[in-house]
Amino acid sequence: MNTREDKFSSKMKSIPPSGIRKFFEMIIGRDDIISLGVGEPDFATPWLIREEAFYHMEKGQTSYTSNWGILELREEIAKYLERYKLYYDSKSEILITVGVSEAVDAILRSILNPDDEIIVCEPCYVSYQPLAELCNVKLIHLDTSVNGFYPTAEQIESVITPKTKAIMICSPSNPTGRIIPADELEKIAEVVKKHQIWCLSDEVYCELVYDGHKHVSIGSFPGMKDYTIVLNGFSKAFAMTGWRIGFIACPKDLMAQVHKLHQYSTICAPIMSQFGAAEGLRNGWAEVEKMRVSYQQRRNLMYKAFCDMGLPAAEPEGAFYMFPDIRSTGLTSEEFATKLIEEYQVAVVPGNVFGAAGEGFIRCCYATGTEKIKVAMERIAKMVKELKS
Amino acid sequence: MNEHSEEILSLLRENARLSINDIAAMTKLEAADVQAIIRQMEDSGIIMKYAAIVNPEKDKETKDKVRAEIEIQVTPQREHGFDAIADRIWRFPQVKSLYLMSGGYDLKVIIEGDNLKEVAFFVSSKLSTLEGVRSTKTHFILKTYKENDIVYAEVARDRREGVTA
Repeated sequence: MNTREDKFSSKMKSIPPSGIRKFFEMIIGRDDIISLGVGEPDFATPWLIREEAFYHMEKGQTSYTSNWGILELREEIAKYLERYKLYYDSKSEILITVGVSEAVDAILRSILNPDDEIIVCEPCYVSYQPLAELCNVKLIHLDTSVNGFYPTAEQIESVITPKTKAIMICSPSNPTGRIIPADELEKIAEVVKKHQIWCLSDEVYCELVYDGHKHVSIGSFPGMKDYTIVLNGFSKAFAMTGWRIGFIACPKDLMAQVHKLHQYSTICAPIMSQFGAAEGLRNGWAEVEKMRVSYQQRRNLMYKAFCDMGLPAAEPEGAFYMFPDIRSTGLTSEEFATKLIEEYQVAVVPGNVFGAAGEGFIRCCYATGTEKIKVAMERIAKMVKELKS
Repeated sequence: MNEHSEEILSLLRENARLSINDIAAMTKLEAADVQAIIRQMEDSGIIMKYAAIVNPEKDKETKDKVRAEIEIQVTPQREHGFDAIADRIWRFPQVKSLYLMSGGYDLKVIIEGDNLKEVAFFVSSKLSTLEGVRSTKTHFILKTYKENDIVYAEVARDRREGVTA
């Protein structure tokens, strides 16, 4: 009765470790492997942001901040959100979090009751599902692969029940790089309003969009503010992954709940990260644009290589991932990724770790050097050719 | 110059050895069009040449060379201003860079020589004696940290670790 196993939470034991992790463990200490696996920029944080953080540390500003985060940053965020026709009060509707990851956790725990249903559009980022499961809810998996990897209003409406509490969307998407077209987003907004459910909108890749695409937030449609929770952060666009800084923008009544959880679990995001992020929003945009252009060029290079080797991929409009279809090789995602890493020294992430809808695909991140991308693509092409011959 | 030539130029500035095909893939243009745009920029002198960037600390040839920055005050000439004397200065192979400056002096010259003696000789016998040169001030360069966007300090390697992002 009193084994070691009994000493752990049975809920936590039921949560599987991230499938991405397993593949990274295979490449530790292997310099011969080119990794297209990591989901983060290959740029260091722009110097002006780092320098701003030094400045505040030098002045001895190393304390906690208000639970909300420094007002200066919240005001910059409120101003920034107006670009996307999102209007939030910097004092009561914006909360600074430790990355979008904390934000997702805090929101889910603030809105979900046991036995609620939450719709997850798969394939999706690996944390959504386990964090929702910890709230003892029923996950409704929406397979977006049938529609080029974005959810449609019709699809969403078909799975809504009286128990549906929320839907989670991510556009541009990790792991596919697809964006939900504005007209579809508008229809989704109608469904959300009609059924009065929450829409968690993960917009962390919204600055990384290509070929003239413009990001549209679902929260910008008329009447949607009451139902939308905007989750965003600085990791991707400002290359600030290690700073752990993001934010939530949501209606005041929900924020009052979220704020309690944040204050008890986290207190506040690191103060130096907050000052750095504020400087990024004020003066970092030229750097963001430089990085965006560079991702776009590398996306183009990788996209052409996949087309040339006969692995079709939907051309990603944003983020820095490509999600090619490997079903023609006859292998599963796991088999493909394992063979690729063991025999051809290229690490990618098998699509099934992002949900069953990702089976038959692999995620390749193009935030890596051009030369490395080219060599990796040659190696993948070689494997595909040998598999198909 | 159009939007495409700007983008191609920025790619080449970063890596002049990118192939036409790679540039075409990265810009979504046809290879033939990329070729034509580059040719046009070469012909019109926008692209002057393609050269390797060598780390002077690691190259045997340049490792022990001495470099100095010289501030020169000159008397400008009627009709020619500073150009005539600048013209006489930049033609010396020892002169690596030459700028016309605002402020306390007129011309800034970067010169390079095999040793201190050679640089001193060049300044005293070639530069100072030029007609129109009123004074020179020589500063030896002790270490180069960054030059024309190239950082000579240690290059950081990709230290991203596997995470669940």
